[in-house]
Amino acid sequence: MAIVELRGIEKSYTKGRETVDVLTGINLEIDEGDYLALMGPSGSGKTTLLNMIGGIDHPTSGSVVVGGESLNGMSGRALARWRSRNVGFVFQFYNLLPVLNARRNVELPLLLTKLSGKQRKKNADTALEIVGLGDRASHKPGELSGGQQQRVAIARAIVADPSLLVCDEPTGDLDRDTAEEILDLLAILNREHGKTIVMVTHDPKAADHASHVLHLDKGRLSGDAS
Amino acid sequence: MSGVGLVWSNLFRKKVRTVLTLLSVLVAFVLFTMLRSVAVAFDSGGFGPAGVDRLQVSPKFSIIDPLLISQLREVERVPGVAAVTHADWFGGIYQDSRNFFPKFPVSPKSYFEMFSEFAIDPDQLEAFQNTRTGAVAPAGMAARFGWEVGDKIPIEGDIYPKLDGSRLWEFDLVGTYLHGDRRDETGSGVFLFHYDYFDEAKQFGQGQVGWLTVRVEDPEQAAEVASAIDALFENSLNPTRTATEDEAQREFARQQGDIGLMTTGILAAVFFTILLLTGNTMAQSLRERVPELAVLKTFGFTDGSVALLVLAEAVLLGVVGGALGVGLGTLAMMAIEPQLQQFFGLIEVTWPVVASALGIALLLGLVVGSVPALTARRLSIVDALRAR
Ligand SMILES: Nc1ncnc2c1ncn2[C@@H]1O[C@H](COP(=O)(O)OP(=O)(O)O)[C@@H](O)[C@H]1O
Ligand SMILES: [Mg+2]
Repeated sequence: MAIVELRGIEKSYTKGRETVDVLTGINLEIDEGDYLALMGPSGSGKTTLLNMIGGIDHPTSGSVVVGGESLNGMSGRALARWRSRNVGFVFQFYNLLPVLNARRNVELPLLLTKLSGKQRKKNADTALEIVGLGDRASHKPGELSGGQQQRVAIARAIVADPSLLVCDEPTGDLDRDTAEEILDLLAILNREHGKTIVMVTHDPKAADHASHVLHLDKGRLSGDAS
Repeated sequence: MSGVGLVWSNLFRKKVRTVLTLLSVLVAFVLFTMLRSVAVAFDSGGFGPAGVDRLQVSPKFSIIDPLLISQLREVERVPGVAAVTHADWFGGIYQDSRNFFPKFPVSPKSYFEMFSEFAIDPDQLEAFQNTRTGAVAPAGMAARFGWEVGDKIPIEGDIYPKLDGSRLWEFDLVGTYLHGDRRDETGSGVFLFHYDYFDEAKQFGQGQVGWLTVRVEDPEQAAEVASAIDALFENSLNPTRTATEDEAQREFARQQGDIGLMTTGILAAVFFTILLLTGNTMAQSLRERVPELAVLKTFGFTDGSVALLVLAEAVLLGVVGGALGVGLGTLAMMAIEPQLQQFFGLIEVTWPVVASALGIALLLGLVVGSVPALTARRLSIVDALRAR
């Protein structure tokens, strides 16, 4: 069953009299439990496409259906609520809150749930254990390495147990070995925890970990699945 | 961690900056607490609640010129005048110059008839009338200094020496009276003693009084009666200026320098500075956090809740700074109050001052936080994440 269905997606930006067409007619289905790598040259629209799947950007035209729900007509508020239940985000630059320790960073998305403080803390610790940082819960981001910070960010993305993870160049800022660790972790989340993963990358080695690879170029998709 | 914990942590993102901002807010509220308390003490340091049917007849040109007791008889004959009494500013020091309270020589019966809102035991009033060296004090003041009826109260006459050259005036406390307002709790008010004794025993200025208080038969006619009185003395050696008690008190305050206006001016300048300072801090802190706030939105924090988060920081900064400032200002006021008492009477940090300080602190936070909060609300996730 497809967890993501994109139909006829177009996206263009207008600056003054100039119109830039970034995406020109994208059709894409991603099956539940898939691990998809999205590749392409810089500026080809990978982030834009990923943001639409994650419900933080809108197409100029075309329909976005994720988890059976159409995101097109949703209000900002409804989308926010939908994201809190269905998607986890991982970014290239981790984007942790520097003032909070690892546990509290991971706990953040749970502030939107009805869980008790104790339960939130427990879930945050579990997520940290899954990413192998159970012993770093009280460290602040500044006291962690890049790879460790990205693990915390991944723990934060999975703490509310979403079925979909969207990752925008999650290893873009890491060295080779650390990148491998992160990719292994994502593979485990995909295989053992059943998370559907959509990952943007321009590293072919990173793409090797995925079950499918798609290429985005000149606004269109091509590759071994579509 | 709760929402409040998140706000608190965010506030201390740049510790030094936040502490400095907090300190400046704190100092502003220390100033506010102290200046407002002084102004309040000054405002309430008048000579009684203004009666609508009462006029005060003062010397025309300066509060240090005298009037004559003989003028009282003439005023009594002015049509529309129901009663007249008189008082004077004695100055004087009780034990220590820090024990400031006003002392008036008065004619007991006519004074208490005029100020009928003051409550005194009829027997004590009778004793006051019949004791040449008699005096009555506000009950709160007697309690404050531990006076009992029957005590001798020594006052050093710094303005008025006695005929015999000594400056020691001794009064017999024959009674106490109540104002029926806040002065009974603060122990302020006026120490009253017998005019006849004062007039006989003082070295100079016999037959003089400080001012007259007139009750008119009809408050509607107060203005006409006032001009009639002033017309009567226009070409005499002691011309008068007659006004309602309320106006007279304000005039008195004005001649002392308008403390209220001055403190308001100072505070307005201070708060304007604080507004700019904290506003700048908040704007700067927001700029640094654009990607963080965007990330919160990706998790599902709504635009409104992110705005609230930013607003709450500013409010917390204002209220914590304000509360600490009021606390410290109260302590400072208690420390320097004895030195100020001689100028302003009893000074207290009152609840209205505390409440208005906290109200202003809250308002400060809301005003300072509103612009960054709106910016945070409008922040587009996609643009903010791309901006880094
Ligand atoms: N807000 C915007 N206004 C104008 N052009 C934009 C805006 N956002 C993105 N673009 C353009 O869209 C294109 C695709 O951007 P992006 O999705 O970030 O590409 P990628 O992630 O593949 O590098 C780029 O050419 C970029 O300049
Ligand atoms: Mg990109």
